[in-house]
Amino acid sequence: MVTPVAVSGPAPEALPAPKGGVRPRSHPVLVFVLKRLGAALVTLLIVSVLIFVFTSVLPGNAVTVILGKSGTPKTVAAMEAQLGLNRPLFEQYLSWLVGLLHGNLGNSAVALAQHQPNPSIASTLKDPLVNSLILGGIAAILLIPLTLLLGAVVGIKADKPLDHAISIPSLVLAGLPEFVTGALLVYIFFTALHLLPPVSLVAPGASPLATPKILILPVLTLLIVAVGSGVRQIRLGMIDVLQTDFIQFARLNGVSERRVLVRYGMRNALANSIQTIAQNLQYLVGGIIVVESVFAYPGIGVYLVQAVLARDTNKVLAASIILAAFYTVINIAADLLVVFMVPKLRTELV
Amino acid sequence: MSALASVTRGPRSVLSGVLRTNGGRVGLVLLVVTVFIALFGGFFAPHSPTETVGIPGAAPGPGHLLGLDFIGRDVLSRVLYAGRSTLILAGLATVLTYAIGVTIGLVAGFSRSKVDPLLMRSVDILLSVPALLVILLFVTGFGSGSFVLVVAVALVLLPGVARIVRSATLEVSTRGYVEAAVARGEPSRSLLTREVLPNITGVITADLGLRFSWGIILIASVNFLGVGIQPPTPDLGLMVSENRVIIGSNSMAVIAPALVLALLIIGVNLVSDAYVRQLDRSKD
Repeated sequence: MVTPVAVSGPAPEALPAPKGGVRPRSHPVLVFVLKRLGAALVTLLIVSVLIFVFTSVLPGNAVTVILGKSGTPKTVAAMEAQLGLNRPLFEQYLSWLVGLLHGNLGNSAVALAQHQPNPSIASTLKDPLVNSLILGGIAAILLIPLTLLLGAVVGIKADKPLDHAISIPSLVLAGLPEFVTGALLVYIFFTALHLLPPVSLVAPGASPLATPKILILPVLTLLIVAVGSGVRQIRLGMIDVLQTDFIQFARLNGVSERRVLVRYGMRNALANSIQTIAQNLQYLVGGIIVVESVFAYPGIGVYLVQAVLARDTNKVLAASIILAAFYTVINIAADLLVVFMVPKLRTELV
Repeated sequence: MSALASVTRGPRSVLSGVLRTNGGRVGLVLLVVTVFIALFGGFFAPHSPTETVGIPGAAPGPGHLLGLDFIGRDVLSRVLYAGRSTLILAGLATVLTYAIGVTIGLVAGFSRSKVDPLLMRSVDILLSVPALLVILLFVTGFGSGSFVLVVAVALVLLPGVARIVRSATLEVSTRGYVEAAVARGEPSRSLLTREVLPNITGVITADLGLRFSWGIILIASVNFLGVGIQPPTPDLGLMVSENRVIIGSNSMAVIAPALVLALLIIGVNLVSDAYVRQLDRSKD
């Protein structure tokens, strides 16, 4: 029977009950958490192998960057030995992985070629990483409440004028590439209104927070794309929940509309909302690559693109593995959060 | 499964279904106009897209409706040529996506063996990093040729197709007509192509527009980043990137290619949205 507080899922006896005399089984949530963490670790390991293989597909890459076309077979061999490129690929991967776990990301081929005093990648990566975290962090802090609020509102007012007023623009805007949105924003706020700078330059060693003005357009660009797509998904989740029997029952029982929406509606749309927010945050990880380039903001995205253009494979490798790690962590954090916040899902775990 | 029930109907009824909604009508006009510009615009270009004709960054004026770009080339002429590369590469990538994605989905959904989880887990790996990162890694490894871009974009797009086709195949496989064909002893190949595939076309085509527009976005973004199509070839994404330095003197050099791209994508999305609505309606 469906009751106003109905929670679908298997009946209680379907739960794995500890058998008398036998050692009680581990807690299902704990098992789930461990399984999920293990899976994430394996994924990250496979991804790191793939990224490593990709950046080493052309073994001459790093050496050609350093020596240019002037390299003779002898100097090429010497340089390969210096960079450890003459070892088997598997050995190279292992030593790279061990270095990574110790915070050592290897040397930049380009820096070696230019005989820079400190070719270490880890030292050049710190500032871009911090800058990107600031940009992505601000976007995320604004993104979460904005998506949830707009999504819930248009879901409750589905097919009413307010829904169309928010949903149609978000459908249109969310579909555009970041650089198109960014270019149009620059046109409006720089060329036409002279309000904001068209580029977001940060002096080396300086913090972007010292000049908050430069962060406005990049954050706005990220928000327009991410909020647009998130609102659509939360809207659909809300509509789904509001059509269920227990919402009908609650209304028929005379529960106030406000309580129906907040206590039963939003609470049950939570799992979908957490997944949507997670997808949005994952989007940010990829989105900053383009958005930083639009505004010349010195973050990890610009760092990555410049490394790709320079064929500086070790730099590409370092930036990629960091972005991939963020992507995976957000994914697993969302999975765990859903299970902790939506108790009914726990019964479906094992 | 919603779209499963819909029986494939002729192209004419699909078109009339799309035209039934306002969004569909607007989208179709945008799509036809922008695709026409992208494919045939070059024939109407007043100048060569690579010829320097005046002062860099000159504002729009007589003879140059959209002004000149950052090295003095005619913006209008370049915009008219610039959509072709993006549109063709995105189109090829979409075709490749469906060729591989549908095959993987059919095989995985029909195999009922270890092949299924093996295929799907491999495909999932592609989803564990940002799409653009996959493409950038491809470019790092194999260079920025058109073929590399098409393959990279297809790889990024195909997990979604494979998943949808797999779950639709799983569902259709238990239907009576498929089991009858199995009992008749038909080989797997003809089971898939003659019994399963024709009955999941609704599911397959529902997302086509979405993936095509995503393909356009990815190709355009890679070109914008400068790691795709190389200058002096006119390309929409590349033009936005090249001309940012002169947005103060001739903003049209940035706005015009950005708008063409935006209208193309909006057109694809609106038509695709109207088509999905039509699929939903035909199941009722």
